[in-house]
Amino acid sequence: MLDDFLVRAALAGLGVAIAAAPLGCFVVWRRMAYFGDATSHAAILGVALALALDLPVFGGVLVIALVMALLLTALTGRGMGGDAALGVLAHTALALGLVAVSFLPSVRVDLLSYLVGDILAVSGTDLVVIWTGALAVLMLLSWRWSALLSATLSPDMARAAGVDPQREQFILTLALAITVAVAIKVVGALLIAALLIIPAAAARPLSRGPETMAAAAMAIGAAAALGGLLVSFALDTPTGPTIVSVAAAIFALTRSLQAARG
Amino acid sequence: MTTLIDTRDLTLAYHGRTVLRDVNLSLAPGEIVTIVGPNGSGKSSLIRALIGALPPAQGHVTRKRGLKIGYVPQSLAIDPTLPLTVARFLNLPRRIGAGRVAEALRQAGVPDLAQHQMTALSGGQFQRVLLARALLSEPDILILDEATQGLDQPGAAQFYRQIEAVRRQKGCAVLMVSHDLHVVMAASDRVLCLNGHICCEGTPEIVASAPEYRALFGTGTQGALALYRHEHTHSHGPDCDHDHGHEAAE
Repeated sequence: MLDDFLVRAALAGLGVAIAAAPLGCFVVWRRMAYFGDATSHAAILGVALALALDLPVFGGVLVIALVMALLLTALTGRGMGGDAALGVLAHTALALGLVAVSFLPSVRVDLLSYLVGDILAVSGTDLVVIWTGALAVLMLLSWRWSALLSATLSPDMARAAGVDPQREQFILTLALAITVAVAIKVVGALLIAALLIIPAAAARPLSRGPETMAAAAMAIGAAAALGGLLVSFALDTPTGPTIVSVAAAIFALTRSLQAARG
Repeated sequence: MTTLIDTRDLTLAYHGRTVLRDVNLSLAPGEIVTIVGPNGSGKSSLIRALIGALPPAQGHVTRKRGLKIGYVPQSLAIDPTLPLTVARFLNLPRRIGAGRVAEALRQAGVPDLAQHQMTALSGGQFQRVLLARALLSEPDILILDEATQGLDQPGAAQFYRQIEAVRRQKGCAVLMVSHDLHVVMAASDRVLCLNGHICCEGTPEIVASAPEYRALFGTGTQGALALYRHEHTHSHGPDCDHDHGHEAAE
């Protein structure tokens, strides 16, 4: 009953959701929401460069997202604070990306697909890229999980316990760049940060520990991806924004459950 | 007796500004050293250099090979979005058995908190959990950076008594920092006063033997707190012409 392109879209959505959810937990815990925003907005610049140089979009986005994230890390210390600097860079990156894309006449038509995603156009090759990236992110996070948590709680305390907080920050930055690169096709540059933050925030009221929160966020992200796909198919709405809307609805639900519990 | 941490002509800079210069400091096993100094005197920078978080601008920090540091930070801002039980917190960054977690919590004086959420603890409970965490590594030295900040006077006194009890039991060295010039631990072997450099040091006993200081001892805190007052009008001899930017305790 499901068409091939819908199966591919579902698999793509699942891949992005399960990578974005645990990473999103760290983004929330470390108050890096704006940081995630800025990095994903820079992705448009990566798209423009990749197309101009005739390189794969995934590679271009990965490199630019990584450069942007490293730049932000250098500018704002541990990825927190520096509110104004982040605001400036986030929107500058997006604006520059849009300007750069306008120099490429062939892309102008496709611009919307990079801004809000085009999950129904995911190819078999895209799927391989998305799942490779997603599994790489999951492996990075599970390998460094405890060290990442320690560095998140207190860089100095982590250091006294033999964990290098700067290395852990870099691992998160790398994971973020990979996630942005694989997610741009699915939800687009404007909404990647939403897929990072909303499932994690929705999972918070259900969790008593960091691991359960990450697992719950993955389940919520996956449900949002599949639910959003079905809703968008039924209502003929853009898929990426619909996925984010479903995630937001789940967020509202878990929050009101918590409020009802007292 | 091997020195635990040794600094030689240590100078530290923060954002390009020198905050501490020419510190020669040697910490021996088992001794209790208290650092006092006003805000901005370089106390926290010194601590961060000792634990390896701040590289020296000049000079050296030498740590004994395999030195285990139990570090209690002045505070820890845990984001409310991070669900974390005390037991899970104590299992970071390495998994430790439930038995050792319970033992450390008992030593820190909070045996019943393992399943509480970190964000639901009171200030005093929180500091004790941080202490328990520092004890888990079986440290050679406990380093406490203004660990009683946010506690009221009886709470701070209680916390210091806990530290003394821990040290008696474990025999580890203790290095503590206080921003409060008035308050240092009675059990300190040495008191260091920092104000951009080490401006004076001595045993609390020597300080206490002076009548004007002795009058200030034992203010109902069962001896765990000592009130330590000194003047900054001391002379350093002909080679030293710095001034002292902070007022002595009243």
